[in-house]
Amino acid sequence: MLAKRIIPCLDIRNGQTVKGVKFLDIKEVGDPVELGALYAEQGADELVFLDITASHEKRKTFVDLVKRIAQHINIPFTVGGGISELSDADALLNAGADKISINSSAVKNPQLISDMARHFGSQFVVAAIDAKQLQGDEWTVTVNGGRIPTDKRLFSWAKEAEERGAGEILFTSMDHDGVKQGFANEALAKLSDERGIPIIASGGAGAKEHFKDVFTIGKADAGLAASIFHFNEIPVPELKDYLIKEGITIR
Amino acid sequence: MNIVIIKYNAGNIQSVSFALDRLGYKDHLITSDHEAIRNADKVIFPGVGEASTTMAFLKQEGLDKLIPSLKQPVLGICLGMQLMCSHSEEGNTPCLGIFDEPVKKFIPDTSNPEKVKIPHMGWNNLTKLKTPLFDASLENEFVYFVHSYYVAVGPDTAAQSNYIHPFSAALQKDNFFATQFHPEKSSDAGARILKNFLEL
Repeated sequence: MLAKRIIPCLDIRNGQTVKGVKFLDIKEVGDPVELGALYAEQGADELVFLDITASHEKRKTFVDLVKRIAQHINIPFTVGGGISELSDADALLNAGADKISINSSAVKNPQLISDMARHFGSQFVVAAIDAKQLQGDEWTVTVNGGRIPTDKRLFSWAKEAEERGAGEILFTSMDHDGVKQGFANEALAKLSDERGIPIIASGGAGAKEHFKDVFTIGKADAGLAASIFHFNEIPVPELKDYLIKEGITIR
Repeated sequence: MNIVIIKYNAGNIQSVSFALDRLGYKDHLITSDHEAIRNADKVIFPGVGEASTTMAFLKQEGLDKLIPSLKQPVLGICLGMQLMCSHSEEGNTPCLGIFDEPVKKFIPDTSNPEKVKIPHMGWNNLTKLKTPLFDASLENEFVYFVHSYYVAVGPDTAAQSNYIHPFSAALQKDNFFATQFHPEKSSDAGARILKNFLEL
């Protein structure tokens, strides 16, 4: 049986792991390689490293850091932040990244998803979508770390991303992110029903029960969180033990 | 020990190299040189990519003749395993024919209320283990898969996993070993499998 995945997300700024509440008010929490290796040992299924400042500061991603991560960590990892050209992705692939996530750059240039998928394969391309709820089923896609709303809508953009060859969708609800009251399960379930590629849920994890809900009610394939892991509020092994007891397939 | 990772136009080769480093086999080579490959004690044939373009490259380099003729233990990983089969539905590609098995595309089972997604991506458990690659402690261990094409269960199947239906998680025939999953990305279980191969 395919297991549901638990994914700690490490937001990186200046080579350090950070986690901001609603992407503001940033606090440093440590060395990404050390923290990533710790999570891998604890049983994390995958890791995501996001260079959260890259897109608006136009900074190139962190190839050297990615290489160090690949040398030390024996589980798959995704890197994202400011990837806007094939050459960026190529450098990250050669450094040892398993997947890249593209967000704002794909919204500005949707062809980027198609180009990436054709060059590197769909399995390498994660379409990250940050969205805010307008009303009911209507969610606006935002860019630049949630700062700028766009004309795109969550469900139609997710469909286009899949059609262009994205291998996974990483959906972050900007309304739920940092609030710790649970994931956007209703929107996630709709995404999961509509799409034929795995959905990674992000934004809102604050308790173990939230993961149970996101896998059952939200029908997500993977649950991503940051601060609850970084501050050891919910250690990965404890979370996995809980989910196994709840009857969810977990490694 | 002389270990060679075959270099060709496929991704993920660096990750396999790093996994060997972590196991203490830092002296391995990454090369497409025929003599180096022929003289190696162990050969690893990794890969993430598309079947027809990678097969075209193997032909151009003469590796399509060399790889099936190798006598030492060879380990194919993911696309490497699929290229060792007879034919792939991906790009309708004739492959190396080491394993007499076709590679087929997963078809989602729409009758399943839990909708099945393609690719099969994530951690799945290994069952019905055979071959020295897998010690008994690995039965039911989870390993990491990413693939849209699969090899059905057949005479060369050395481990099974289940997604939509049972499929070959590993193959073995004579000196040829292959895994559909990525041992280099499969945490401690994967490291044990790589170590078992290197210690054959």
